[in-house]
Amino acid sequence: MSEIEKGQVMTANRLRDGEVVFLTRSGEWNERIDEAVLALEPQATAALEARAKDDVKATLVTGPYLFDAERVGGKIRALHMRERIRTLGPTVRLDLGKQAEGTAGAFAFKEA
Amino acid sequence: MYRYDEFDHQFVRERTAQFRDQADRRLSGALTEDEFRPLRLMNGLYLQLHAYMLRVAIPYGTLSSRQMRQLAYIADKWDRGYGHFTTRQNIQYNWIKLEDTADILAALAEVEMHAIQTSGNCIRNVTTDHWAGAAADEISDPRPVGELLRQWSSLHPEFSYLPRKFKIAVTGAPNDRAAVKVHDIGLRLHKNDAGAIGWEVMVGGGQGRTPMIAVTVRDFLPEKELVAYIEAIMRVYNLYGRRDNKYKARIKILVHEIGAEKFKAEVEAEYARRPEQTTHVEEKELQRIAAYFAPPVFEKLSRFTPAFEEAKLLHPGFARWARNNLAAHRVDGYTIVNISLKPEGGIPGDATAEQMRLMADLAERYSHDELRVSHPQNIILPHVRKDDALAIWQALVPAELATANYGLAGDIIACPGMDYCSLATARSIPISQAISRKFADLDVQEKIGPVKINISGCINACGHHHVGHIGILGLDKKGEEFYQITLGGSSTESASIGSILGPGFAGHEVAGAIEKILTTYVKLRQPGEEFLYAYRRLGPQPFKEALYAAA
Amino acid sequence: MPLLKNNAFIQDSWVHLGAEDPLPEGGNVSIPFSRLKNEWESLAKFPGQLGTLLSNTDHAEDVAHFLPHLALVILPFPAFVDGRAYSIARQIRLLGYRGELRATGNILPDQFQYMAQVGFSSFEVSERFPLEVWQQASKQMSLAYQRGLYRRVGEAEVWSERHEETAPETAPWEEQPHAG
Ligand code: SF4
Repeated sequence: MSEIEKGQVMTANRLRDGEVVFLTRSGEWNERIDEAVLALEPQATAALEARAKDDVKATLVTGPYLFDAERVGGKIRALHMRERIRTLGPTVRLDLGKQAEGTAGAFAFKEA
Repeated sequence: MYRYDEFDHQFVRERTAQFRDQADRRLSGALTEDEFRPLRLMNGLYLQLHAYMLRVAIPYGTLSSRQMRQLAYIADKWDRGYGHFTTRQNIQYNWIKLEDTADILAALAEVEMHAIQTSGNCIRNVTTDHWAGAAADEISDPRPVGELLRQWSSLHPEFSYLPRKFKIAVTGAPNDRAAVKVHDIGLRLHKNDAGAIGWEVMVGGGQGRTPMIAVTVRDFLPEKELVAYIEAIMRVYNLYGRRDNKYKARIKILVHEIGAEKFKAEVEAEYARRPEQTTHVEEKELQRIAAYFAPPVFEKLSRFTPAFEEAKLLHPGFARWARNNLAAHRVDGYTIVNISLKPEGGIPGDATAEQMRLMADLAERYSHDELRVSHPQNIILPHVRKDDALAIWQALVPAELATANYGLAGDIIACPGMDYCSLATARSIPISQAISRKFADLDVQEKIGPVKINISGCINACGHHHVGHIGILGLDKKGEEFYQITLGGSSTESASIGSILGPGFAGHEVAGAIEKILTTYVKLRQPGEEFLYAYRRLGPQPFKEALYAAA
Repeated sequence: MPLLKNNAFIQDSWVHLGAEDPLPEGGNVSIPFSRLKNEWESLAKFPGQLGTLLSNTDHAEDVAHFLPHLALVILPFPAFVDGRAYSIARQIRLLGYRGELRATGNILPDQFQYMAQVGFSSFEVSERFPLEVWQQASKQMSLAYQRGLYRRVGEAEVWSERHEETAPETAPWEEQPHAG
């Protein structure tokens, strides 16, 4: 599976605890990027935006936005350093954040 | 040290209850994020990359052991067992939950602490010289004024929605360790020929994307007039500071755009307009506060203590630490202990809860129960008998707190950068780690001598790169981190803004570039000439050649 | 829009004129400040009470001359984070104005107490919040450090209370009906 798909992932912080979350196919917010929807076309991103807007109103999350990501071998990875750090944790403390809690998804800094 | 009275206690209790209610209303949806953001910021709560971040004020950098232990407790109970000490005498916790925050504020209030106005467009935590009350060169302890201004600025109804954040720093010594010239207001104490003291008031310094050195608006303001005069400055800023562009909203831009003379005239006019107002209350209040800062009872000791000298002969590691990390105390037989939070390859300013507790224990036992948080992100034991220094060092070594690099190349200031901060354009901590590893050899650091290396992860300049002798600014170039190097900055009484040396570097090249700069300096310096002065004499050319010639 | 004054919603007894609206025969009339300045000669003879609507870029000194003749001054908060009106309010009170000082615009409960403390005495608020919310908001903090603020009975001004012997005989805030 060497096929690479590029698209966008909707992310936000959970309001009550600040945890970084991603919007999934079932319309839930999940802590793992692996569970996220990778929107490949404008229609899909618009749907994510609408959902995020509702969930901001419902006080589930705060500060939602889309970021660029790619799917490699079925697994999603952020394209830019900033979002990679959000999906994994600090690069200077591999013992903290999602990378330490087992919610980091398939790509870790150690392997990068 | 200042102690809260019933008013102060009630004030922080009510403030905590107020925030608890605001957070509840946010969680219930009664407040929108736009409405809540300024409220949480004024209680020190940010939303960062991984979670909320809580910034707790350590007013004028002074802590008791009990307070330090409480900071450790908070780190253990609500965070991940550590905290980050910042350049403005705050501590930041990186993994905070909104729903826990009111409880944390209550825990702080128990030990007379708070997070009030550590963020937001209001008057921020007032900072001072971290050696206040101990330094040999001090005219008078600036902390009573720091406390007076803390109280006066707390929830100031007129100045809580300023155009932008507002930072005040105060120093009571001629050697400026509080960076007063790069603050919105800097206050510096002077003594005149008649022996009276007065405050030099400087306005409009700052860093960020438009770094500027403050201008003096009053040379010698009587102490009792401080509050009223600063109020006039604040009012002029609140009315005329720009609100159309947040990058032009700091007071430095106002001073710059209308000119220092016009600005001064506006302030004087506003000051003159105040109705006949007595300053009795301010004077009495300052006296009341000052009594809390009466120096501890020092023993009569001789300047030369044989035990201390002998210890240095016996333990070369201690001798080196004593040489670099101890500073002159104003009382004979005493010393100021600077604990470096910059171990080789470490994260500048970070301390674990265990380290905090150890430092609290040492302060209780050896330093009149007092600790300080310094502008360069280290911890200080201000009043230590020289004869106790060895025991302190021995306790610090196993805790990785005895790195003998205070003021040297390894004592790097770094903001959290992109590893934590949502505004960052690049990481700063890994750069600092690489440099610190490159200069791991303390012999090399000592040979180079005093140098300040400051790193920021974006143009906001929290890592004070503009005023580092060597400044490093992390930027984003087409999705890649790259770093700009500036030379010649300084935040002291002879403050200056560093100049960009040339094209930037990729992250992995930075430490090598710094090494080249420092090697060039060592080659060209005159005997005893520190890096900053050599740079001021030589100019950028030799450093440019060293860095870019071969490329 | 409900008008909040002395802890209650009340009927606004003022007529608010725009730049062009004809002046009524009498009553309580508020007029934009630029028009007030221009038409002052004729307005000075107006039989009713006069008020004015300032913008938050007007200078208090320019208003000073008119203040003795005004019974209402309105100051806007275009956004709750735009704090200019706090300073203008304070200046107007320091100039000795004792009449109604009204806040309008983006007025929210969490800034309400600050507004009262700098001397605002009435508030044009949105329908969004019931009266209890405002009553609650007016009691968020029972004490302040700063001197010379407006406050309700029982609220402490810390520095003055600490040094009671130096406190002025009649505190300025007691002469003012308080909004909360
Ligand atoms: S300088 Fe930039 S990256 Fe560093 S802490 Fe400040 S805002 Fe964040």
